[in-house]
Amino acid sequence: MSDAKAVADRLVKAKRLNALLTPPKDLRKSLNAQAAAARPTGVLYGMPVAVKDNICTLEFTTTCGSRILEGYRSPYEATAVAKLKAAGALIAGKTNCDEFAMGSSTEHSAYGRVLHPLDKARVPGGSSGGSAALVAAGAVPAALGSETGGSVRQPASFCGVVGIKPTYGRVSRYGLVAFGSSLDQIGVFGRSVHDAARVLSVISGRDPRDSTCEDRDSLRLPTVPESLQGFVIGLPREYFPPELDPAVRRACDRAIRLMKELGAAVREVSLPHTPYAVPTYYVIAPAEASSNLARYDGVRYGPRFNGAVDLRGLYRSTRGQGFGPEVRRRILVGTYVLSAGYYDAYYKRAQQMRALIAQDFRNAFDRGVDLLFTPTVPSPAFKAGEKLGDPIAMYMSDIFTVTANLAGLPAMSLPIGRIKGLPIGGQLIGQAFLEDEMIEAAYALERVVPETDEA
Amino acid sequence: MNWETVIGLETHVQLRTKSKMFCGCSTAFGAPPNTQVCPVCLGLPGALPAANGAAIGLAVRGALALGCTVHPKSIFARKNYFYPDLPKGYQISQFDQPLATSGTLSFVSPERSVVTATIVRLHLEEDAGKSIHDRFAKGTGIDLNRSGVPLIEIVGGPDLRSPAEARAYLQTLKQLLEYIGISDCDMEKGSLRVDANVSVRRAGETAFNTRTEVKNINSFAYVEKALTVERDRQIALIESGGTVTQQTMLYDAKENAVRPQRSKEESHDYRYFPEPDLPPLVLTAEFVAEQQSALPELPAAKRDRFVAAYALSREHATVVTSNRAVADYYESVVRAGAEPQAAANWVMTEALADANDHQEQLRVAPGALAQVIALVKGGTLSHQAAKKVFGEVAAKGGEPRNIAEALGLIQVADTNVVAGWVTDVLGAHAPEVGRYRNGETKLMAFFVGQVMRASKGKADPKLAQRVLEEKLAASA
Repeated sequence: MSDAKAVADRLVKAKRLNALLTPPKDLRKSLNAQAAAARPTGVLYGMPVAVKDNICTLEFTTTCGSRILEGYRSPYEATAVAKLKAAGALIAGKTNCDEFAMGSSTEHSAYGRVLHPLDKARVPGGSSGGSAALVAAGAVPAALGSETGGSVRQPASFCGVVGIKPTYGRVSRYGLVAFGSSLDQIGVFGRSVHDAARVLSVISGRDPRDSTCEDRDSLRLPTVPESLQGFVIGLPREYFPPELDPAVRRACDRAIRLMKELGAAVREVSLPHTPYAVPTYYVIAPAEASSNLARYDGVRYGPRFNGAVDLRGLYRSTRGQGFGPEVRRRILVGTYVLSAGYYDAYYKRAQQMRALIAQDFRNAFDRGVDLLFTPTVPSPAFKAGEKLGDPIAMYMSDIFTVTANLAGLPAMSLPIGRIKGLPIGGQLIGQAFLEDEMIEAAYALERVVPETDEA
Repeated sequence: MNWETVIGLETHVQLRTKSKMFCGCSTAFGAPPNTQVCPVCLGLPGALPAANGAAIGLAVRGALALGCTVHPKSIFARKNYFYPDLPKGYQISQFDQPLATSGTLSFVSPERSVVTATIVRLHLEEDAGKSIHDRFAKGTGIDLNRSGVPLIEIVGGPDLRSPAEARAYLQTLKQLLEYIGISDCDMEKGSLRVDANVSVRRAGETAFNTRTEVKNINSFAYVEKALTVERDRQIALIESGGTVTQQTMLYDAKENAVRPQRSKEESHDYRYFPEPDLPPLVLTAEFVAEQQSALPELPAAKRDRFVAAYALSREHATVVTSNRAVADYYESVVRAGAEPQAAANWVMTEALADANDHQEQLRVAPGALAQVIALVKGGTLSHQAAKKVFGEVAAKGGEPRNIAEALGLIQVADTNVVAGWVTDVLGAHAPEVGRYRNGETKLMAFFVGQVMRASKGKADPKLAQRVLEEKLAASA
């Protein structure tokens, strides 16, 4: 195994990215203790895995990138974290993220923005930007992130690493701080498909503490296939609009050609409700968030802020000063769409649309398509500050990823080339609980795609 | 002006489970504050609920006992509001798709004989914690031991027509829930809580008027009082030209008065939506059938059976079946050989009176009571003597006959001995003997009483009467 000191050294070296929230001293101390306690027979023995700061750990604070949980130490750990430790992995600190996972750039963290490892003027994507940046910088081979609308795949695409979001219900959410409960899943970043997949395999499987987690065994890893013979890859036309960045288009075309050369059949399909996905997402996710974030009231844990004279004052000062502007915006939107008189017009309609979006996918899969291939994000990493003033533009960077969350399907991003040195990700979307097929195709594509070449 | 009151009760009942609704914490009452808590019921970041199957089973039993339709699929929903003792900022409840709907509860109204009230719905939910306002000089204490305790809410229709009727409804509901063993229904411990919707209308009107909700009725004794106060307030208001506004009224038991809840505390928009952390609650037909077969005989059925099987009057059967332990006791006494009506008389008087004084313990074993009854029937004990024996057995235990002998209470059935007492009595009351012989035969009771007195209660009164009759006739 890599020894604890070397692991810590690599992480501390990446400090300039502001990707890690754990202070170096705490990190070194904990890694030493963990290395001494790790089970040598575990399948991930000695593998350092960084964990997004919205996943509860016993070793480090869990702040969700928010002031409202500054210094918060969970008295229990997430099921996914417990499974990693049981497999011998080392929890390699907590990674910076958009506050409560709300954002697409990791600029919405109370602890400062994360820098893109290849261009410090740019964002690493988000909300799991810290995890993506650390893996891209080579500080850890794998990291946990979380997804509600693309928060693993989008930063994976921006940073040039592999990011997998499993089927909803594949990995226990117990200990993942809730944002949009019906959409949230813990996801995995890896330098390679294999690193990501084997971490996913360890954290997957049933958990009686999460009633939405399927009663299934953990994911079995497929072997690396010789070819893609027999695979039917669908290309949803709504994901290749005329205005798509031509360089992104070129990278995708090359990946498609390579899959064909490996024997895959490629066919155009249509997912007609795609244009409604982002608006649907931005009703459902904030609605659930407005309820999930109600518990941060300053009564039981977390800091209290000045200005509280009575109960309402306590709520107002805690939530007014503890939450950042993006979180407040979403709580307001979510509260509004659930309010009496608006529920039917917004939340209920959004649920209906969500069902139609899921049906689109079933229709495509029913017609013999095994997997879908799309760009992960319409563009490479954007500049810091570029979209901060325009929430809608920020939200649109999730346009190709939110659908898999709404439909509960497994999806992943893997590097398929670069534009002016910046990575581009290609997305595979699989059928529910068929991550193995998706990962198989990713293995094959990964072997042949020149990921660092200009597309 | 004649007024009619319209009342519907919403009853919260704590289910008798070992652990909470969505976590494994204990539900035991009275533990030190915040000692029966975990990440789930504390609402810590990242914690998730997992529904307690035992609570679901008990709720289904309650629904079946109330004749509700139990739905194969129901939905948990979040009821969102801020309060310091609500750790998640929402309560997991059920909203537009509850566990069960459309049941009934029949009860004896003090005014209208048997009334069948509708049960609109019955749903599962979790309790909030407790705010303790009077313990600390500065600030409020929060105890989350109760947070997440399983409850059912039973919503009754607007079918009750007086405060007394509301009380009778609640009494019957409580009896039913205790019978089926799903709750201890202890209002003082908060395991039974009731809110009431109250409106009034002029006699003969069929439409409902604006109602208020009366809360904070925290003892059984206050139900009728609180509703009477609110009814009278509404009537006085309307009669003086005012109108009732829809609001929540809090009952103050000390003042026996209601006051409106501050508007800040109410007018919630609870923003209900389906709980995304819990899948729909799907109940198989087998599960529901299992709960059905776990139900004991319900009070109404038991009462009817007692009327039919033991030839008891409806009133006696009602008393004897008022709770399950008493009904079971009664049947054991009968099984031990007691005549059913005599057994009912003894259970309704001596046994219940003794239980009432001794923490509801039925202290005399059914076999012993049957023996006491047999001793009376066989003429060995007078009724008065039997009561004494019952009291002794209750206090000290033992065989009734042995105790009767030890206390010298066995009736004397020896004609010669009784005749001696009779001779003494007749000798001592010559004027009465004369009047009797002149036709004043109702004096027989007087003579029997005198013989009992002379024998210190030991004479068999039937034998004494026979001997008296013989002697009074013989000397005529």
